[in-house]
Amino acid sequence: MNNSALIIVTNLVKTFPMGKREFTALKDINLKFNQGEFAGIVGPSGSGKTTLLNIIGSLDIPSKGEAVVMGQSVSGLSPKKAADLRNHHLGFIFQTYNLLQVYTVYENVELPLLLRKMSAVERKKLVLQSLEWVGLMDKIKSRPAQLSGGECQRVSIARAMVKSPEIVLADEPTANLDAKNSHNILQMMEKLNRELNTTFIFATHDEKVIKYLRRKISLDDGKVVGDEIVKNK
Amino acid sequence: MLALKLAYRNLMGAKLRTWLNMIVLSFAFLIIIWNKGILNGWDQQARRDTIEWEIGGGQYWHENYDPYDPFTIEESHGQISDATQNAINQGDLTPILISQASIYPEGRIQTVSLRGIDPDQKLLVLPTANLDKDIDEIPAMIGERSAKNYKLNVGDYVTVRWRDVNGTFDAKEIQIVHIFKTNVSTLDNGVVWIPINQLQEIMQMEGEATILVSSQESGSIGSIVGWVFKDHYFLLTEIREMIEMKSIGGSIMFIILMSLSMLAIFDTQVLSIFRRQKEIGTHIALGMTQRQVVALFTIEGAMHSILAAILAAVYGAPLLYLQAVNGWTMPAGTDDWGMTIAETIYPAYSFGLVAGTTLLVLITTTIVSYIPSRRISKMKPTDAIRGKIQ
Ligand SMILES: Nc1ncnc2c1ncn2[C@@H]1O[C@H](COP(=O)(O)OP(=O)(O)O)[C@@H](O)[C@H]1O
Ligand SMILES: [Mg+2]
Repeated sequence: MNNSALIIVTNLVKTFPMGKREFTALKDINLKFNQGEFAGIVGPSGSGKTTLLNIIGSLDIPSKGEAVVMGQSVSGLSPKKAADLRNHHLGFIFQTYNLLQVYTVYENVELPLLLRKMSAVERKKLVLQSLEWVGLMDKIKSRPAQLSGGECQRVSIARAMVKSPEIVLADEPTANLDAKNSHNILQMMEKLNRELNTTFIFATHDEKVIKYLRRKISLDDGKVVGDEIVKNK
Repeated sequence: MLALKLAYRNLMGAKLRTWLNMIVLSFAFLIIIWNKGILNGWDQQARRDTIEWEIGGGQYWHENYDPYDPFTIEESHGQISDATQNAINQGDLTPILISQASIYPEGRIQTVSLRGIDPDQKLLVLPTANLDKDIDEIPAMIGERSAKNYKLNVGDYVTVRWRDVNGTFDAKEIQIVHIFKTNVSTLDNGVVWIPINQLQEIMQMEGEATILVSSQESGSIGSIVGWVFKDHYFLLTEIREMIEMKSIGGSIMFIILMSLSMLAIFDTQVLSIFRRQKEIGTHIALGMTQRQVVALFTIEGAMHSILAAILAAVYGAPLLYLQAVNGWTMPAGTDDWGMTIAETIYPAYSFGLVAGTTLLVLITTTIVSYIPSRRISKMKPTDAIRGKIQ
């Protein structure tokens, strides 16, 4: 089991400078994530969820300790290596969708693939496939401004999934959505998780999301205060 | 390639601002190309006219001759040697004798440069054949500007008074037999042309000349004792300097327009980097390095110049083409400024001019786009994603 861990976080500490003093956002975190998990980091606002997700996503580095993702320690990565890690192995889903407004739905989903060497034919196949997964084939030419919040989040799921990443990091993906849309996208992600065995890690304090999790890691004030497997799933 | 594609999408997405920047920049493009084209056309035409009308393949000046010092004109003439006469007979040279005189049109005294030239000469397009008239008075021709100044018409008589080689004053009637039109004002303003043998006779300077014009084919025919050869570079100095002076005016205009568009592009870049933090963060999250994002924004800014060049070509090319064909008509009176200038200038646009301007604008825009974009590499991706940077 440990051998197949995609993410290993050991003794991770993250501090931010706050004026003359330092603020410790993450305090000695130890966690492992295996392939195929549908896990959530749960905790109140300000508990350090986003900070942890960012480090796992190689967008930030630990102050102390280590985060090893896909066998690579994020602290030691060159900018190029870190970018490659994100492009090939990690998908991001944000609370605010972060779609590019001037691009169409199709172009938004295509963007991660443009950073790789890939033929146009293959690219098109993958983009259409992931838009199919999220049920947006009829919105290919629309721009984000013409879509509802739920549709936007589905585009960003498609954008995360188009490169078939091992890991998807979703930071409060439902925070801007109503209940119906929240369930809709959660079911979608659960389905992708089961079918493609993609590891999903959520940062959330939304009860609707928590109900779907198969593993719930509780964070409070930068410390892991609980890590439980939810049995009935 | 990717960056170009993404940059183009972003730029076209920004619509109004992009268009404004591009329009100003395309103006700068056209102004410089148009201005340089006019000056090139002017330069070429002025050189051609001066060569054809006045200087041929260069001139031999008598060693004392100084066109800027009228007081030495009396000493700056010399005997034409036999060898030189041979060259003249072969059509390689034609002599011109220059002296000072006064004319009295309508009773007013005017100092003129009285120039003798061979009516049969074929070296210059100056229409000297008109002087080949068998009349009692000395046949004379003048340019249009002089004709206007002195209110002289063809057929008019006018008294000319001069001091001969011995310093004795003498006077005679001349008749205006022809009025010619030239772009070369130095052949016109204050100049009266008469047959050289008659000037030699009244000045008592048989077989003498002040300058020897060589033909365009022969150019310099070797050294002639007592005479100094003046080549095109020397004789066209004034035109060259005038064009250089005029270029400065055009350059100032260009610099002002360029500064304006560069300021606008710089401003657009600063603003878009501030407003598009989330987008920058998203690009990084999707797998771009920060350097790649810097490059993306730089290319996006630099692309203004490419699009501006295209825009300038779309509306400017027909304008420039029309002007190259129809020429640019100078305001009336321009030819009285004493410059060699035609009434209509045909601008000359070269490939080098267009390519050079495009390259210059492209490089400048790239630098101006790059400077604010560097900030991206100092952003924290985590802050950028949330659009938190102030
Ligand atoms: N770049 C930063 N600089 C300073 N403090 C930060 C920074 N990012 C996060 N923090 C602080 O770290 C703590 C945890 O933040 P965050 O990980 O965003 O919490 P959560 O996502 O659980 O709401 C908060 O107190 C926050 O203010
Ligand atoms: Mg958060």
